[in-house]
Amino acid sequence: MKYQVQENCLTIYLPGEVDDHNADEIRREADAVIGRNHIRYVIFDFEKTDFMDSSGIGVIMGRYKTISLIGGEVWAVHANERIRKILTLSGVTKIMQIYEEETV
Amino acid sequence: MKGTNEMEIRFDSRSENEGFARVAVASFMTQLNPTVEEVADVKTAVSEAVTNAIIHGYDGRRTGKVCIRCKIRENIFTVEVSDSGKGIRNIAEAMQPMFTTKPEQERSGMGFSFMEAFMDSVDVESEPEKGTSVRMTRTVGKGREIWTTQSL
Repeated sequence: MKYQVQENCLTIYLPGEVDDHNADEIRREADAVIGRNHIRYVIFDFEKTDFMDSSGIGVIMGRYKTISLIGGEVWAVHANERIRKILTLSGVTKIMQIYEEETV
Repeated sequence: MKGTNEMEIRFDSRSENEGFARVAVASFMTQLNPTVEEVADVKTAVSEAVTNAIIHGYDGRRTGKVCIRCKIRENIFTVEVSDSGKGIRNIAEAMQPMFTTKPEQERSGMGFSFMEAFMDSVDVESEPEKGTSVRMTRTVGKGREIWTTQSL
Protein backbone atom coordinates (compact mmCIF):
# COMPACT_ATOMS: atom_id res chain seq x y z
CA MET A 1 0.00 0.00 0.00
CA LYS A 2 1.25 3.48 -0.86
CA TYR A 3 0.73 6.12 1.76
CA GLN A 4 2.07 9.39 3.03
CA VAL A 5 2.08 10.90 6.52
CA GLN A 6 2.18 14.67 6.96
CA GLU A 7 1.90 15.74 10.59
CA ASN A 8 -1.36 14.22 11.86
CA CYS A 9 -2.71 13.43 8.41
CA LEU A 10 -2.48 10.07 6.62
CA THR A 11 -3.08 9.89 2.86
CA ILE A 12 -3.76 6.40 1.53
CA TYR A 13 -3.21 6.03 -2.21
CA LEU A 14 -5.70 3.32 -3.10
CA PRO A 15 -4.93 0.78 -5.83
CA GLY A 16 -6.76 0.51 -9.19
CA GLU A 17 -9.25 -1.95 -7.79
CA VAL A 18 -10.40 -2.09 -4.18
CA ASP A 19 -12.10 -5.40 -3.41
CA ASP A 20 -12.14 -8.11 -0.76
CA HIS A 21 -8.82 -9.40 -2.07
CA ASN A 22 -6.79 -6.31 -1.15
CA ALA A 23 -9.05 -4.69 1.48
CA ASP A 24 -7.41 -6.66 4.27
CA GLU A 25 -3.92 -5.45 3.43
CA ILE A 26 -5.07 -1.80 3.22
CA ARG A 27 -6.83 -2.19 6.56
CA ARG A 28 -3.83 -3.77 8.30
CA GLU A 29 -1.24 -1.33 7.01
CA ALA A 30 -3.44 1.72 7.61
CA ASP A 31 -4.05 0.69 11.22
CA ALA A 32 -0.33 0.18 11.81
CA VAL A 33 0.44 3.68 10.51
CA ILE A 34 -2.45 5.26 12.45
CA GLY A 35 -1.24 3.59 15.64
CA ARG A 36 2.33 4.84 15.24
CA ASN A 37 1.72 8.41 14.14
CA HIS A 38 -1.10 10.05 16.17
CA ILE A 39 -3.17 10.37 13.01
CA ARG A 40 -6.34 12.51 13.14
CA TYR A 41 -7.17 12.82 9.46
CA VAL A 42 -7.34 9.90 7.02
CA ILE A 43 -7.53 10.83 3.34
CA PHE A 44 -8.44 8.14 0.82
CA ASP A 45 -6.96 9.10 -2.54
CA PHE A 46 -8.94 7.50 -5.39
CA GLU A 47 -6.81 8.93 -8.20
CA LYS A 48 -5.83 5.47 -9.52
CA THR A 49 -9.05 3.72 -8.54
CA ASP A 50 -11.74 2.83 -11.05
CA PHE A 51 -13.31 -0.13 -9.26
CA MET A 52 -14.48 -0.50 -5.68
CA ASP A 53 -17.09 -2.77 -4.15
CA SER A 54 -18.60 -2.92 -0.66
CA SER A 55 -15.34 -4.32 0.76
CA GLY A 56 -13.89 -0.83 0.29
CA ILE A 57 -16.85 0.67 2.14
CA GLY A 58 -16.00 -1.65 5.05
CA VAL A 59 -12.43 -0.31 5.06
CA ILE A 60 -13.62 3.32 5.14
CA MET A 61 -16.19 2.67 7.90
CA GLY A 62 -13.60 0.83 9.99
CA ARG A 63 -11.05 3.67 9.79
CA TYR A 64 -13.79 6.18 10.58
CA LYS A 65 -14.67 4.25 13.75
CA THR A 66 -11.05 4.42 14.94
CA ILE A 67 -10.38 8.02 14.00
CA SER A 68 -13.72 9.49 15.14
CA LEU A 69 -12.98 8.34 18.72
CA ILE A 70 -10.28 11.00 18.90
CA GLY A 71 -12.29 13.59 16.98
CA GLY A 72 -10.66 12.91 13.62
CA GLU A 73 -12.10 13.00 10.11
CA VAL A 74 -12.13 10.83 7.00
CA TRP A 75 -11.89 12.38 3.54
CA ALA A 76 -12.05 11.20 -0.07
CA VAL A 77 -10.11 12.91 -2.87
CA HIS A 78 -9.88 12.39 -6.64
CA ALA A 79 -13.00 10.20 -6.67
CA ASN A 80 -14.33 9.72 -10.20
CA GLU A 81 -18.01 9.55 -11.06
CA ARG A 82 -18.21 5.79 -10.51
CA ILE A 83 -16.53 5.91 -7.10
CA ARG A 84 -18.78 8.79 -6.06
CA LYS A 85 -21.80 6.70 -7.00
CA ILE A 86 -20.56 3.83 -4.83
CA LEU A 87 -19.78 6.14 -1.91
CA THR A 88 -23.14 7.90 -2.12
CA LEU A 89 -25.15 4.71 -2.50
CA SER A 90 -23.51 3.13 0.53
CA GLY A 91 -24.37 6.13 2.70
CA VAL A 92 -20.73 6.47 3.73
CA THR A 93 -20.85 10.11 2.57
CA LYS A 94 -22.68 10.84 5.83
CA ILE A 95 -19.46 10.26 7.74
CA MET A 96 -16.95 11.17 5.07
CA GLN A 97 -16.29 14.42 3.24
CA ILE A 98 -15.64 14.30 -0.48
CA TYR A 99 -13.12 16.90 -1.50
CA GLU A 100 -14.34 18.64 -4.65
CA GLU A 101 -11.55 19.66 -6.95
CA GLU A 102 -11.91 22.91 -8.74
CA THR A 103 -12.63 22.32 -12.39
CA VAL A 104 -10.39 24.43 -14.59
CA MET B 1 -26.72 -9.01 -31.46
CA LYS B 2 -29.89 -11.05 -31.16
CA GLY B 3 -30.58 -14.57 -29.96
CA THR B 4 -29.09 -16.50 -27.06
CA ASN B 5 -25.58 -17.18 -25.90
CA GLU B 6 -24.30 -18.82 -22.74
CA MET B 7 -21.06 -19.31 -20.86
CA GLU B 8 -19.99 -20.96 -17.65
CA ILE B 9 -16.86 -20.68 -15.53
CA ARG B 10 -15.79 -22.50 -12.38
CA PHE B 11 -12.94 -21.48 -10.14
CA ASP B 12 -11.51 -21.99 -6.64
CA SER B 13 -12.89 -19.91 -3.78
CA ARG B 14 -9.78 -17.73 -3.53
CA SER B 15 -10.04 -13.97 -3.26
CA GLU B 16 -7.54 -13.46 -6.09
CA ASN B 17 -10.18 -14.91 -8.43
CA GLU B 18 -12.62 -12.07 -7.70
CA GLY B 19 -10.93 -9.80 -10.21
CA PHE B 20 -10.83 -12.57 -12.80
CA ALA B 21 -14.56 -13.27 -12.32
CA ARG B 22 -15.53 -9.62 -12.84
CA VAL B 23 -13.44 -9.26 -15.97
CA ALA B 24 -14.63 -12.58 -17.46
CA VAL B 25 -18.29 -11.62 -17.01
CA ALA B 26 -17.69 -8.09 -18.29
CA SER B 27 -15.98 -9.31 -21.44
CA PHE B 28 -18.73 -11.85 -22.17
CA MET B 29 -21.22 -9.04 -21.76
CA THR B 30 -19.58 -6.78 -24.34
CA GLN B 31 -21.40 -8.53 -27.22
CA LEU B 32 -24.55 -6.73 -26.02
CA ASN B 33 -22.79 -3.45 -26.73
CA PRO B 34 -23.37 -2.11 -23.21
CA THR B 35 -22.52 1.35 -21.93
CA VAL B 36 -19.53 1.83 -19.64
CA GLU B 37 -21.94 2.32 -16.76
CA GLU B 38 -23.84 -0.91 -17.48
CA VAL B 39 -20.58 -2.87 -17.47
CA ALA B 40 -19.47 -1.20 -14.23
CA ASP B 41 -22.81 -2.01 -12.58
CA VAL B 42 -22.64 -5.69 -13.52
CA LYS B 43 -18.99 -5.91 -12.43
CA THR B 44 -19.86 -4.52 -9.01
CA ALA B 45 -22.80 -6.92 -8.57
CA VAL B 46 -20.67 -9.92 -9.64
CA SER B 47 -17.90 -8.86 -7.27
CA GLU B 48 -20.36 -8.74 -4.36
CA ALA B 49 -21.84 -12.15 -5.14
CA VAL B 50 -18.45 -13.83 -5.60
CA THR B 51 -17.11 -12.22 -2.41
CA ASN B 52 -20.14 -13.52 -0.50
CA ALA B 53 -19.58 -17.03 -1.84
CA ILE B 54 -15.93 -16.97 -0.76
CA ILE B 55 -16.11 -15.31 2.65
CA HIS B 56 -19.54 -16.50 3.79
CA GLY B 57 -20.37 -19.59 1.73
CA TYR B 58 -16.97 -21.17 2.26
CA ASP B 59 -15.95 -19.12 5.34
CA GLY B 60 -12.69 -18.18 3.66
CA ARG B 61 -11.83 -21.81 2.83
CA ARG B 62 -9.95 -21.65 -0.43
CA THR B 63 -10.73 -25.10 -1.83
CA GLY B 64 -14.43 -24.64 -2.59
CA LYS B 65 -15.70 -24.06 -6.10
CA VAL B 66 -17.57 -21.00 -7.27
CA CYS B 67 -19.56 -21.31 -10.46
CA ILE B 68 -20.73 -18.45 -12.68
CA ARG B 69 -23.24 -18.97 -15.46
CA CYS B 70 -24.06 -16.15 -17.83
CA LYS B 71 -26.81 -16.08 -20.35
CA ILE B 72 -27.74 -13.56 -22.99
CA ARG B 73 -31.24 -13.65 -24.36
CA GLU B 74 -32.10 -10.75 -26.64
CA ASN B 75 -30.96 -7.78 -24.55
CA ILE B 76 -31.38 -9.44 -21.15
CA PHE B 77 -28.20 -10.39 -19.38
CA THR B 78 -28.50 -13.04 -16.67
CA VAL B 79 -25.67 -13.98 -14.33
CA GLU B 80 -25.90 -16.68 -11.72
CA VAL B 81 -23.23 -17.08 -9.02
CA SER B 82 -23.41 -20.31 -7.06
CA ASP B 83 -21.42 -22.10 -4.39
CA SER B 84 -21.70 -25.39 -2.50
CA GLY B 85 -20.96 -23.76 0.85
CA LYS B 86 -22.77 -23.50 4.14
CA GLY B 87 -25.87 -21.75 2.78
CA ILE B 88 -27.95 -18.93 4.27
CA ARG B 89 -30.42 -19.72 7.06
CA ASN B 90 -32.45 -16.55 6.79
CA ILE B 91 -32.28 -15.00 3.32
CA ALA B 92 -34.51 -12.00 4.12
CA GLU B 93 -32.29 -11.10 7.07
CA ALA B 94 -29.09 -11.55 5.05
CA MET B 95 -30.40 -9.18 2.39
CA GLN B 96 -31.11 -6.33 4.79
CA PRO B 97 -28.79 -3.33 4.36
CA MET B 98 -25.99 -3.25 6.97
CA PHE B 99 -26.71 -6.80 8.14
CA THR B 100 -23.56 -8.86 8.46
CA THR B 101 -22.62 -12.04 10.26
CA LYS B 102 -19.00 -10.96 10.32
CA PRO B 103 -18.85 -7.49 11.92
CA GLU B 104 -15.46 -8.36 13.45
CA GLN B 105 -14.03 -8.41 9.92
CA GLU B 106 -15.42 -4.93 9.24
CA ARG B 107 -17.80 -6.17 6.61
CA SER B 108 -20.05 -3.33 5.55
CA GLY B 109 -23.18 -5.47 5.15
CA MET B 110 -23.86 -3.74 1.83
CA GLY B 111 -23.27 -6.66 -0.54
CA PHE B 112 -26.87 -7.55 -1.34
CA SER B 113 -27.88 -3.86 -1.32
CA PHE B 114 -25.30 -3.19 -4.02
CA MET B 115 -26.50 -6.17 -6.07
CA GLU B 116 -30.09 -4.91 -5.83
CA ALA B 117 -29.09 -1.34 -6.65
CA PHE B 118 -27.10 -2.27 -9.74
CA MET B 119 -29.20 -5.07 -11.21
CA ASP B 120 -32.86 -5.23 -12.31
CA SER B 121 -33.58 -8.35 -10.27
CA VAL B 122 -31.79 -10.41 -7.63
CA ASP B 123 -33.09 -13.85 -6.65
CA VAL B 124 -31.46 -15.91 -3.95
CA GLU B 125 -31.89 -19.61 -3.42
CA SER B 126 -30.12 -21.26 -0.54
CA GLU B 127 -30.17 -24.40 1.49
CA PRO B 128 -28.16 -24.77 4.72
CA GLU B 129 -25.11 -27.03 4.24
CA LYS B 130 -25.90 -27.35 0.51
CA GLY B 131 -25.04 -23.98 -0.91
CA THR B 132 -26.32 -20.71 -2.30
CA SER B 133 -27.20 -19.48 -5.73
CA VAL B 134 -27.70 -15.80 -6.60
CA ARG B 135 -29.40 -15.10 -9.91
CA MET B 136 -29.34 -11.56 -11.24
CA THR B 137 -30.63 -10.00 -14.43
CA ARG B 138 -30.00 -6.73 -16.15
CA THR B 139 -31.58 -5.39 -19.31
CA VAL B 140 -28.85 -3.86 -21.39
CA GLY B 141 -29.47 -0.89 -23.65
CA LYS B 142 -32.88 -0.04 -22.25
CA GLY B 143 -34.73 2.24 -24.63
CA ARG B 144 -31.74 2.51 -26.91
CA GLU B 145 -31.30 1.30 -30.48
CA ILE B 146 -28.07 -0.64 -30.50
CA TRP B 147 -27.11 0.25 -34.07
CA THR B 148 -28.57 2.68 -36.48
CA THR B 149 -27.43 1.90 -40.00
CA GLN B 150 -27.92 3.92 -43.09
CA SER B 151 -27.10 3.04 -46.67
CA LEU B 152 -24.88 5.48 -48.41
